Amino acid sequence: MSAPGTTRRKSPGRRPGARLGRHPGKRPGKRPGKQRNRAFWFWTFVGPFVAGLALFTYVPLAWSVYLSLFDAHNTVSPTDFVGLGNYTAMLGDPAFRSSLVTFAVFTAFIVPATYALSLGLALAVNRLRFAQAFFRSVFFLPAACSYVVAAMVWKLSVFNGVRFGLANTVLGWFGAEPVAWLASTDPPWYWLVIVTVRLWLQAGFYMVLFLAGLQRVPVRLYEAAALDGARPGWQTFRHITFPALRATSVAVVLLLVVGAFQAFDEFYNLLSDSRGYPPYARPPLVYLYYTALGQGQDLGLGSAGAVILALIIAVVTVVQARVSGLGRKEE
Amino acid sequence: MPISRRQLMAGGAGLALTGALGSACGSNTGRGGGGSSGPRLSQWYHQYGEAGTRQAVVRYAAAYEKADVRIEWRPGNYDQQTAAALLTSSGPDVFEVSGPTLDQIQGGQVVDLTDLIEDVKDDFSQVVLAPKTHDGRVWGIPQLVDTQLLYYRKSMLRDAGVRPPGSLDELIDAARKLTTGKVKGLFLGNDGGASALDGTPLYAAGLSLVTDRGEVGFDDPAAARTLGKLHRLYADKSLLLGAPTDWADPSAFLQGLTAMQWSGLWALPRIRKELGDDFGVLPFPPDGPAGRPAVPVGAWTAAVSARSEHREAAKAFVKWLWIDRTDHQEDFALSYGFHIPARNSLAAKADRLGQGPAAEVVRFTKEHGGAAQPLLWTPPSRTAYQDALNRVIKGGADPEAELRAAVRKAGAELRRVRKRA
Repeated sequence: MSAPGTTRRKSPGRRPGARLGRHPGKRPGKRPGKQRNRAFWFWTFVGPFVAGLALFTYVPLAWSVYLSLFDAHNTVSPTDFVGLGNYTAMLGDPAFRSSLVTFAVFTAFIVPATYALSLGLALAVNRLRFAQAFFRSVFFLPAACSYVVAAMVWKLSVFNGVRFGLANTVLGWFGAEPVAWLASTDPPWYWLVIVTVRLWLQAGFYMVLFLAGLQRVPVRLYEAAALDGARPGWQTFRHITFPALRATSVAVVLLLVVGAFQAFDEFYNLLSDSRGYPPYARPPLVYLYYTALGQGQDLGLGSAGAVILALIIAVVTVVQARVSGLGRKEE
Repeated sequence: MPISRRQLMAGGAGLALTGALGSACGSNTGRGGGGSSGPRLSQWYHQYGEAGTRQAVVRYAAAYEKADVRIEWRPGNYDQQTAAALLTSSGPDVFEVSGPTLDQIQGGQVVDLTDLIEDVKDDFSQVVLAPKTHDGRVWGIPQLVDTQLLYYRKSMLRDAGVRPPGSLDELIDAARKLTTGKVKGLFLGNDGGASALDGTPLYAAGLSLVTDRGEVGFDDPAAARTLGKLHRLYADKSLLLGAPTDWADPSAFLQGLTAMQWSGLWALPRIRKELGDDFGVLPFPPDGPAGRPAVPVGAWTAAVSARSEHREAAKAFVKWLWIDRTDHQEDFALSYGFHIPARNSLAAKADRLGQGPAAEVVRFTKEHGGAAQPLLWTPPSRTAYQDALNRVIKGGADPEAELRAAVRKAGAELRRVRKRA
């Protein structure tokens, strides 16, 4: 984190002022008082966030690691030290391992699907000659909807299992039997529900990111390509547009993977019932929720699971950053 | 008007203060204008679906003179809310709970209430009192008895030429015959029955979740045989799945989406109001040579938090409401939803339980009722078993292999809680 003044260097408009010293626009004589003042304002504005971050992120994180080493049933101040027992129990738990698989499958589904759909939408909207703002807004609008609300709409009206659900009504026109979308395990229709709700919710948001990227591709590149004989359409997209969107793509994929890691809301609201959660499509956060925070209240075991999950996320993020060259300076 | 930074800060602080005051005044005291004697107690209830329940509990609280009891009516995941609240001292003083769980008892999170109930212990239904008792001490006062049962539409069974099923095989056949294009034969919950039925099929096979001696009760070939049959319901497509409401709500049954539904006694008034005499009630039918009808019984229970600052006052209030004031107990059980009072003396004299289907339910609850959730049946055991049941019913998984894993997990849990004691 840097002091507010340091970011100003980047702003070209400030250059003349910067020459006066490090405090643009101020008379040089009053520096010491100003310096103190600046530290005061720095902490006034940054302090609450640092305190919040420490209190609500770092302390719970450290506490979680501490809890994971204890038998902490129904307590956050345990005394029964068990070493790595919770970790071996968690890793030996087939339900937890299968939740990791669920999660990998979901990521493998949702990341490419959202990427392709939002890029496609962006390309389509970008080509519009009229009503572009309208379509941009229409596709972006679902991003403003909460995951819980969308999950309820999907569960209760679009994909409910009875004949008057929207999807089953459409199937009924073709004479098909109603399908129990969320309860059928063979074929696993529940994935269709889970993936479509997230696609609907987030495709518009990533479309906007891609649109911003598309508008930054210099027109002269297309002109040069046309002069060199590149055909509009696939060839231009493949060799000009797609490479030019690299920075945007890296950001989008990173955000999508982070989003997939956090999968909880729609899974929980689509599939849980008052007594529990079925053993399929159960991502790690949902499983840990039942282990640690439900009636189970095994906070030690739950914390061990959370730490394992955090380590996996850290490794994946580092690998991803390496592979995609995130944070590397663009030349 | 431009607002200076200082004004903004002051305004923000003012708003925050107003909010804090507002929320402090937000809870429902059940009292006209305060001015009560004694400490302030917070009492939590889960959200009952039946109209009038909330007003009733507020009325009871208001009638208590020795403390200022404030009701908190908590919608949503009630078990998770209470479990989290018990970790702090800002939780409830008195709360209802479907447990308390063994870990809550062993962890010292709830107060021993044995002395409150000592004199009238024998008047309480033993089926619901047993899961609240650990090592001879009572940790919760049962508020009511909730029976789960099978409802069926008489007219639909008659039209299909099916008689009310007396065994699991008959139930499976009936469900298949009752399934037509628009109506499914049986509704066991949207997940196919694993979470609603839970241990019920084991009891129907003459087994149990946990034996009286504290061992795993379904380490037996009969368990796999019975659970395996449930897959036929799914494979035959006789089960209603994906209904807008779940098994605890009778809507699917009332809308004619299913001919039979597993639900609870609480739904009976609504069913009778909408269907008149066109319904019947059954226990879960027996299976196998050692089988018997299975009637799972649960109970909401009043417990006192060990972190309460006014434990004695909270205990006194629980004694007043759930032991002394039998008029309130009767009103609570029978006037809104429909439950059997937890006390045998009240159940016996309740006119509304004396006739028709309700009388039948009372009869088979008395004859066959068993605890839906034995105290030793901990949440990890339940998760492992329900996962297995779900895979057997819907995935057609091998019941023997699935049950072996559940038996292992439940055995480990039983050893753990024994060690902890």
